[in-house]
Amino acid sequence: MSSLDIAESKNSQEFVEDWSADKQTYHVPWGKAMMWLFLVSDTFIFTCFLVGYLNVRRTTTDPWPYPSEVFALELFGHNLPLILIAIMTFVLITSSGTMAMAVRYAHFRDKKKVFWFMAITAFFGATFVGMQVFEWSKLISEGVRPWGNPFGAPQFGSIFFMVTGFHGLHVSIGVIYLLIVASKVRRGHYDKKDNYEIVEITGLYWHFVDLVWVFIFAFFYLW
Amino acid sequence: MSYVPIADQPDEMHDPQTFITKYIWSQDHKVIAIQYAGTAIAVGVVALVLSGLMRLQLGFPDTFTFIEPAEYYQYVTMHGMIMVVYLLTALFLGGFGNYLIPLQIGARDMVFPFLNMLSYWFYLLSVLILMASFFVPGGPTGAGWTLYPPQAITEGTPGAGAGIMLMLASLAVFVVAFTMGGLNYVTTVLQARTRGMTLMRMPLSVWGIFVATILGLFAFPALFVSAVMMSFDKLLGTSFFMPAMISLGEVVDYRGGSPILFQHLFWFFGHPEVYIVALPAFGLVSDVLSTHARRNIFGYRMMVWAIVAIGGLSFIVWAHHMYVSGMNPYFGFFFAFTTLIIAIPTAIKVYNWVLTLWQGNIRLTVPMLFAMGFIFTFIHGGLTGLFLGNVTIDLPLSDTYFVVAHFHMVMGVSPVMVVFAAIYHWFPKISGKMFDERLGKIHFWGTFLGTYAIYLPMHYLGFLGVPRRYFALGTTDFIPQSAFELNAAISVAAIFVGVLQIVFFINIFKSLWSGKKADPNPWDATSLEWLTPDTPPRHGNWGHELPTVYRWAYEYGSPGVKEDFVPQNLPPNEVQMENPGEKYKESEH
Ligand code: HEM
Ligand SMILES: [Cu+2]
Repeated sequence: MSSLDIAESKNSQEFVEDWSADKQTYHVPWGKAMMWLFLVSDTFIFTCFLVGYLNVRRTTTDPWPYPSEVFALELFGHNLPLILIAIMTFVLITSSGTMAMAVRYAHFRDKKKVFWFMAITAFFGATFVGMQVFEWSKLISEGVRPWGNPFGAPQFGSIFFMVTGFHGLHVSIGVIYLLIVASKVRRGHYDKKDNYEIVEITGLYWHFVDLVWVFIFAFFYLW
Repeated sequence: MSYVPIADQPDEMHDPQTFITKYIWSQDHKVIAIQYAGTAIAVGVVALVLSGLMRLQLGFPDTFTFIEPAEYYQYVTMHGMIMVVYLLTALFLGGFGNYLIPLQIGARDMVFPFLNMLSYWFYLLSVLILMASFFVPGGPTGAGWTLYPPQAITEGTPGAGAGIMLMLASLAVFVVAFTMGGLNYVTTVLQARTRGMTLMRMPLSVWGIFVATILGLFAFPALFVSAVMMSFDKLLGTSFFMPAMISLGEVVDYRGGSPILFQHLFWFFGHPEVYIVALPAFGLVSDVLSTHARRNIFGYRMMVWAIVAIGGLSFIVWAHHMYVSGMNPYFGFFFAFTTLIIAIPTAIKVYNWVLTLWQGNIRLTVPMLFAMGFIFTFIHGGLTGLFLGNVTIDLPLSDTYFVVAHFHMVMGVSPVMVVFAAIYHWFPKISGKMFDERLGKIHFWGTFLGTYAIYLPMHYLGFLGVPRRYFALGTTDFIPQSAFELNAAISVAAIFVGVLQIVFFINIFKSLWSGKKADPNPWDATSLEWLTPDTPPRHGNWGHELPTVYRWAYEYGSPGVKEDFVPQNLPPNEVQMENPGEKYKESEH
């Protein structure tokens, strides 16, 4: 190795240390406060989307489609309204339960259980997104587009894709977030400082995403 | 899991080693602050040049033929948006917020420095996207800084293709950048204050920035959502904001959307935005006034509550921008009412500033001049706001130069006065050098008198009914010849003020290069940022031990004390008294 190489590798080593310095320098307790704050801000985003939805539903001149008909599924020869959404909602609510279990075991420092419950939560989340993909492709095959649909007001499709898409993005990010934290838990990353706050912070985010879904469900599918 | 407050945590500062981590990809709040401020001022200069071009056209129509009507609209739009969002918001929160929060509350840095660094890089990205729109086919958007649909995205409006898309994308990225920084500012103020620094001992600068950031976290989502929805209207052909209509002789593909919805969303962001700019200015100016008047700030608690009250109220006044848009008359009544209520806490603040000066031992330094200039321009702009807040008075004045004069006084000139006051005030700490007092005074008097020469006559133009956002006035019965002469005079003043800003830049660069070495505490101030072990403060701010705070930041001219100020971190038993036998008695703060 020439001296230049050594100088470089030293530099890049320091570079990495500089970048990760915050993790060594600061503890996590502020993290929870920051997540809460973010969620309140995010609430404003979803509220604006929903207000926009309520408003265009009033201003549009075409009749609003009946969600129970649009979101029906043919299963075993029966036409079941809203069945897919019901299952999706059930899956997401269940995942909130498994997340709560993960937080509980984090208090006991039960690494293994924390890992598994977070992994299951992520699995449920991924299932939810998968079913959403199915729902989207079904509607698209029926001719629903952001700019129009065969059932009535064009805003129906616009709002549907925008709001469920934005929520689905949140769930997908949440799944990635869960998997990252879960694998770090398993590797014992948080044992170094005996600080499992991050599990709770992830949980906050996840419960929030579930809660938002309840509102979307109520405002969009049931009405 | 035992919780250790940040101020009590053992030090594990890791000082950056390489040039890149120290000055470019830096996580140090002071470096990020300077990056933010530098970028903001650079785009601010672009906006200033655009305003000069507009004034050339307005003052001397048919002379500068290289300015086409479409370009005029693009200048108006970019000027307005850059000034409000990319200059003032970024400078006050990203610049001063970053620099002052950790120093004034006695922290080593923001709580999440990495996110803070990302915030700057996203801000830079948003600026680059915005600047890119000057170079795309069709140019930047000319929809007005309010970007009202339908015209913002229909053919015929300048920049209705790529220009508006880049504007919306840039705004969305800006909101992301702001959120990353904003979460840091608020959490740092809440969680990372040093021992003894209670909320009610924080300097008002921190209070102003803190509340303004909270406003931003709640208001910017509305801008984000409207940007997303409008870009879907443009790109995907949805009809959120677009009604069925005929444009350029053709029926458009849209139907059933609501343009008024956009206006509500925009102003739900837009009005708090005014206070996102104003509240930090209120805070900073309070500190400058108190320090240079050698008087404690009058009614500190009242000042804090006024900031909080104004912040809260600013969310329920937005529709006063929509009196002419078509609204239920009861709405008009409601929003006029709330608008006038906001005047009460605002007036309290103005009285308190004036009372702070009362019987003070005023030192007419450059920052003090700018701070006092702010009081003038702010009272001025505030009073015309009372007129415009009333529906019946607003109707004839809406969209005239009276409005242009009003908002420039209240949210253009006034915050800029504070920007200069704050830059001159903190420059010795930031750079370790003194600025040139004489150049500073030339800068102040030229700017202060010049802005009056620009904006006072505009009120009169407004009364005449001269409309805003017009490329040329043409020949109309109701606009007399004198209005044209006035316009020419205004333009001369505007070009003068614009060019004069060079003095400011000369002063800054000259002082950085060859300025006198600054005293660590040149203004005899009390707050923590002046009491750092090094000037300029080093990474980590405080050396080995965090400061301990014993009192508020406004202990000036206390009776019996030898010096006319008592720093926040001086233990009570070390305070020197005029009469050595006497014991220092702590005030109640
Ligand atoms: C020397 C300083 C300045 C000059 C000469 C100036 C001049 C102008 C002019 C000529 C217009 C267009 C009026 C029209 O045609 O309707 C305008 C609009 C505007 N200016 Fe300034 N300006 C200055 C500083 C500022 C500052 C500091 C702000 C920060 C808030 C600001 C915010 C705005 C806004 C929001 C608009 C409205 C844009 C629109 O109508 O879409 N200006 N200014
Ligand atoms: Cu307003």
